[in-house]
Amino acid sequence: MLVPRQHPSYSSRVTGRFAAGLLLVALGTTGCATGIGAEDGAGADVDFGASPSPGGTLDVMGFGTGDEIGEVRHERAAEALGIDVKLSEGALDPQAFLSAAAAGNPPDLVYAERDQIGTFASRGAVLPLSACVEEQGIDTDAFVDTALDEVTFGDELYGIPEFNMVQVTMANADLLAEAGLTLADVDGSDPEAILAATEAMTRREGGKLSVIGVDSKLPEFLPLWAKGRGADLLSDDGRTAQLDDPAVVEALEQAVAVYDAQGGFPAVKTYRDSADFFGAGNQFATGQLGAMAMEQWYVNVLNESSPDAPLVFGPVKGPDGEVHAFATGSAWAIPVGAGDPAAACAYAARMTETDAWTDAAQARADAREADGLVFTGVLTGNEEADAAIRDTLVPTDAPEPWGGAIDAMYEGNDHTFAMPANPAGAEFETAWQDAVNRVLNGQQEPAEAMAQAQEEAQSALDEAWATWDEKQ
Amino acid sequence: MGREAVTTVRPSARARRERTAGLAFISPWIVGFLVFTAWPIFYSGYLSLTDYDVLTDPSFVGLENYERMAADPQVRLALWNTLQYTVLQVPLYVVVALALALLLHQAGRASGFFRTAFFVPKMTPPVAVGVLLLLLFNGEYGLVNEALGAIGINGPSWTTDPDWVKPGLALVSLWSVGAAVVILLAALQDVPVELYDAARVDGAGWWRRTRTVTLPMISGALFFVTVVNTIAAFQMFTEAYSAYFGAGNSTYANDAALFYVIYLFREGFAELHMGYASALAWLLFVVIMLVTAVQLLVSRRLVYYEGEQR
Repeated sequence: MLVPRQHPSYSSRVTGRFAAGLLLVALGTTGCATGIGAEDGAGADVDFGASPSPGGTLDVMGFGTGDEIGEVRHERAAEALGIDVKLSEGALDPQAFLSAAAAGNPPDLVYAERDQIGTFASRGAVLPLSACVEEQGIDTDAFVDTALDEVTFGDELYGIPEFNMVQVTMANADLLAEAGLTLADVDGSDPEAILAATEAMTRREGGKLSVIGVDSKLPEFLPLWAKGRGADLLSDDGRTAQLDDPAVVEALEQAVAVYDAQGGFPAVKTYRDSADFFGAGNQFATGQLGAMAMEQWYVNVLNESSPDAPLVFGPVKGPDGEVHAFATGSAWAIPVGAGDPAAACAYAARMTETDAWTDAAQARADAREADGLVFTGVLTGNEEADAAIRDTLVPTDAPEPWGGAIDAMYEGNDHTFAMPANPAGAEFETAWQDAVNRVLNGQQEPAEAMAQAQEEAQSALDEAWATWDEKQ
Repeated sequence: MGREAVTTVRPSARARRERTAGLAFISPWIVGFLVFTAWPIFYSGYLSLTDYDVLTDPSFVGLENYERMAADPQVRLALWNTLQYTVLQVPLYVVVALALALLLHQAGRASGFFRTAFFVPKMTPPVAVGVLLLLLFNGEYGLVNEALGAIGINGPSWTTDPDWVKPGLALVSLWSVGAAVVILLAALQDVPVELYDAARVDGAGWWRRTRTVTLPMISGALFFVTVVNTIAAFQMFTEAYSAYFGAGNSTYANDAALFYVIYLFREGFAELHMGYASALAWLLFVVIMLVTAVQLLVSRRLVYYEGEQR
């Protein structure tokens, strides 16, 4: 029987061509993933003094003007440079930025969290900025030291810092008074007093939590709890994790005990999640929360949403009796391969100079006055600007509790510490936060969790530093 | 019959022209497939053999990523979490979808309205479903626990108790059960009425008819829903990530919600270990292939396709 079928050589040719195509793809791909090359001396030949091209465009990733503080500075800087500044708003997505950089199409300037700068620098993604600082006459002495430290990697500056977030103790004055307590009982200076205050203020109704006595704010504020006990999670040189330090374990135990006194973290978190954090029905206004440490920006939220809430503010202290604040904030960084690094440098310089901050603060003070609200100040990461704003714009006779909040904020700003720059910021943070979460979820004891975190964090740091050291 | 004489014939010029035209018509799809599917798959295979952080050139490390994977306790945890979730979610999802489809099948002329009503939640973005989970399943004041409380049951801490995180996610996945309901309802509507009539004549009640007529006749659709949903369960990401690792929980996370793709995402996109993340992706591919192969083997005995020659 004859069975007609396709000519085999024809099918083979089709298959062969397809295979050849795949092979080409294979060969192509092996050469596709080309990095931007963290060569030694990257940026050495960048001329930060070049004049911006008239009519040019500066691509900025991770920054949105948002409010008057951003808007006034941005308009001022763009006008001074005479260029069009294109903003890609929203928080910086490191992966999007690094992918763009790897593809040879980075933005001119990025606005990143300060704790990301070490990782970017170690991978050769951003330029060292000493020449930029020199060319633009940026006065680095004016910046908050811890903010500068956070963006200094391998003795080189990689970011121009701005903003400083610090913690303030916030409490419901009525709940404190009802329990016969004062702010000193919940500001962190006495661990036993915090526990007692938690028990005194916590309320349950029908088996459910109705008042959170004290919120320890774990896992994010473990560094703050540890600092008050004389411990840092990471060594000053950013190379050695200290997560299993007995003082860190003790800090975690004491912070977790605060949750345990209220039925455990799950109960506190689920109740906290049900609250209207930003609205008039916030936990302080509704008497659902006794006290917590929180960043200073929340003072403005409370001032706007519940100006008549019974509040009291003070600095955060440690059992050592000292004021402590775990500083975080943002920074400007210029990617390797940026099209117009000179304009980027000039824009960052204009955005962070003292006059820019005072102009912006004036705009905010005016806006708040128009709304009948108290201007509570701005922490800029620039000490000179902070002092100028406080001296000229922040009211010295602000009504309580806002006057107390202002004092607490500036006191915190004078006592900051930060996580040292390191090349494994994300891995390090994941290690210690996961450990705290395992304790909060009841899966591990503090010592065991921090021992595991120490191992994971040190391993990530060793690997990242080894890669960096090899490049040097 | 003696030896078959097999000869080959060249396709005619017309046949070749038709083939060329056919290929030209589907070429956009072929190009799209090669560029956006085949190439990334192949490329990830290459990257899995490298150390690659996006910025610097990939450096070939052989099987190092796979060796690291074998020793990584987080991989075991993520796989175990994912497997538990899949075992929990897939049967629940299929059973609920089948029950709703059976109900809709009885709804007569109103079934069109209800079919749309059940499908609408499917349009909700998965991120919103993650947020919905936190609101509905809040252990203290969520609607689910309020409802349980009304009948005297003290609901668990769905979103924080590690033992209840996966059941909560499995339950909230029912939010989008409408898609499966529509498929099963279409299959139910294709079952010949004569079969039911014959079964009735033989004295079969509702349950007997469902078990011996309906389920075998829609077994193909049930199998499809099961396979597709199993693959989706293994790739669980958005709802769990937005509920337990996203912006609303930037610092709090729960080990119980560390699903495999979340771990893969964290390694690749947060910590920039792209080589390792690629190796993780290939392991997931192998696992899903194995599970699907087992399902296909089992289906040979359990699934009936109308018109199939056995």
